[in-house]
Amino acid sequence: MSLGKEDIEKIAHLARLGINDADVPGYVRNLSDILDLVEQMSAVETSGVTPMAHPLDARQRLRADEVTEINQREQLQANAPQVEAGLFLVPQVIE
Amino acid sequence: MHNKSIAELSQGLASGDFSSIELTRAYLERIETHNAGLNALISVTAEEAMAAAQLADQTRQAGNAGPLTGVPLVYKDIFCTDGVKTSCGSKILDNFIAPYDATVVAKCKTAGMPMLGKANMDEFAMGSSNETSFYGPVKNPWDTETVPGGSSGGSAALVAARLTPIATGTDTGGSIRQPAALCGITGLKPTYGRVSRYGMVAFASSLDQAGPMARSAEDAAWLLNVMAGFDEHDSTSVEREVPDYTAHLNTDLQGLKIGLPKEYFGEGLDAEVGRVVDAAIRQYQQMGAELMEISLPNSHLSVPTYYVVAPAECSSNLSRFDGVRFGYRCEDPQDLEDLYKRSRGEGFGAEVKRRIMIGTYALSAGYYDAYYLKAQQLRQLISDDFKRAFEKVDVIMGPTAPDVAFKLGAKASDPVSMYLSDIYTIATNLAGLPGMSIPAGFVAGNKGDMPVGLQIIGNYFDESRLLNVAHQFQLSTNWHQRVPEGFE
Repeated sequence: MSLGKEDIEKIAHLARLGINDADVPGYVRNLSDILDLVEQMSAVETSGVTPMAHPLDARQRLRADEVTEINQREQLQANAPQVEAGLFLVPQVIE
Repeated sequence: MHNKSIAELSQGLASGDFSSIELTRAYLERIETHNAGLNALISVTAEEAMAAAQLADQTRQAGNAGPLTGVPLVYKDIFCTDGVKTSCGSKILDNFIAPYDATVVAKCKTAGMPMLGKANMDEFAMGSSNETSFYGPVKNPWDTETVPGGSSGGSAALVAARLTPIATGTDTGGSIRQPAALCGITGLKPTYGRVSRYGMVAFASSLDQAGPMARSAEDAAWLLNVMAGFDEHDSTSVEREVPDYTAHLNTDLQGLKIGLPKEYFGEGLDAEVGRVVDAAIRQYQQMGAELMEISLPNSHLSVPTYYVVAPAECSSNLSRFDGVRFGYRCEDPQDLEDLYKRSRGEGFGAEVKRRIMIGTYALSAGYYDAYYLKAQQLRQLISDDFKRAFEKVDVIMGPTAPDVAFKLGAKASDPVSMYLSDIYTIATNLAGLPGMSIPAGFVAGNKGDMPVGLQIIGNYFDESRLLNVAHQFQLSTNWHQRVPEGFE
């Protein structure tokens, strides 16, 4: 399976990942190699095999819908690049 | 002091031969002297360590000490540590001060263990050589021109060089066992769900598991006693009693059935590494174990399956690094999309980007069935191979890695050849089984002898048996006691 320059640009956009033009040929080569490796999977017939969701067949744990965490907004926002009045700031989205 | 085992340290602290302050200071001094040549730590937390050591000594004076009270350790920098930088080896978290403790860290703190520092690692635990770290590669103490393995390479190098008594690591596809093998130490990846993942920066959530990295199986058992257990903060942690992992170390191995998968001894395995592993297995035979050839027919599919499952989960987990709530943000973003793309593009290194892109591709519209669903089906087949094997044998043995530590840079430009470093370890993660690596012997390298790891895989929740099997070997061999030159 080989990818082209456009594929890499499209995937990078979907992942919201900025990549330099100069690095695109490297990604084309590396990602194509990885997909070649992964391609070995298709040689195996798997119809009827139940996909494995969890190694121990664990069930989703549920708990009562109660407040268990205290408000730590200031502490948690201490790591944010930009905050104002308890809100995270980003560039203007709506004109 | 730096050559003592955990049990000896515990005894020495209990009998008052030395205090935790003295012990912790001695280790900080060793780090000061030796770490620069290894680059094994991202942060040294000397102040926190000394404060915790003082507290540990007070706890002991008050008569409330546990077995590990006052014994210092290092955490891989993937574990959140309240008030201390937690970088995960990435530029994107270079400025991140964790606002809480991971459950593993909280448990070690409660046990009274001072933190010496945070170990270097491959960025977001993605790598097998520690070369993807934003903070530069870790050097292998046995030969500083070679890699320590990865992703828990800093932890492995520190334990091997006697710069910490013990360390934590995490293992998604071999990241505890492969560096343990390459650095000549003992590492254990527990059963999936045995140790809480809460506060461990997530890479591939269905595979990630934390475990101890130690000088011996006995030391590892002591730390696993602290680390293991159910945690309501981790919905995949397993509600199951934690045994005393030191209790069965001394059971003899008469009649132990060891399965040797023929797929683990074929093409791709370095001949000298193979000879060392064979010799270790013959030693087990002399100790009374029975050897049995087994087959894991789908094992050749482990690496391809892993490189769908792990990147898919990583692309989802790492979407949280967006330059908005924490972590790196690019300069002067033009709009929100520019902010996302440049913060992530500038913040992540090349290997992380590759994996995010592979995962994004595998999960994108129209490809899900061909990649992720297919991989989860193969994962079931790989897991079934082990189930069948464990009907006949008690443990499975083979090499941990196909080769000894390779030169820095040797595989850095070829991701696929790097991925094959984990060819023997990945299946264990896909199946959720526990696995260990212990020093099995040495082969001649460029500068001197280089360590080889023996992998021991157990059935679900059979960590006690793995530790027993490893400990018995370590009672009759001294490979695990060898110290790299310059670090004696």
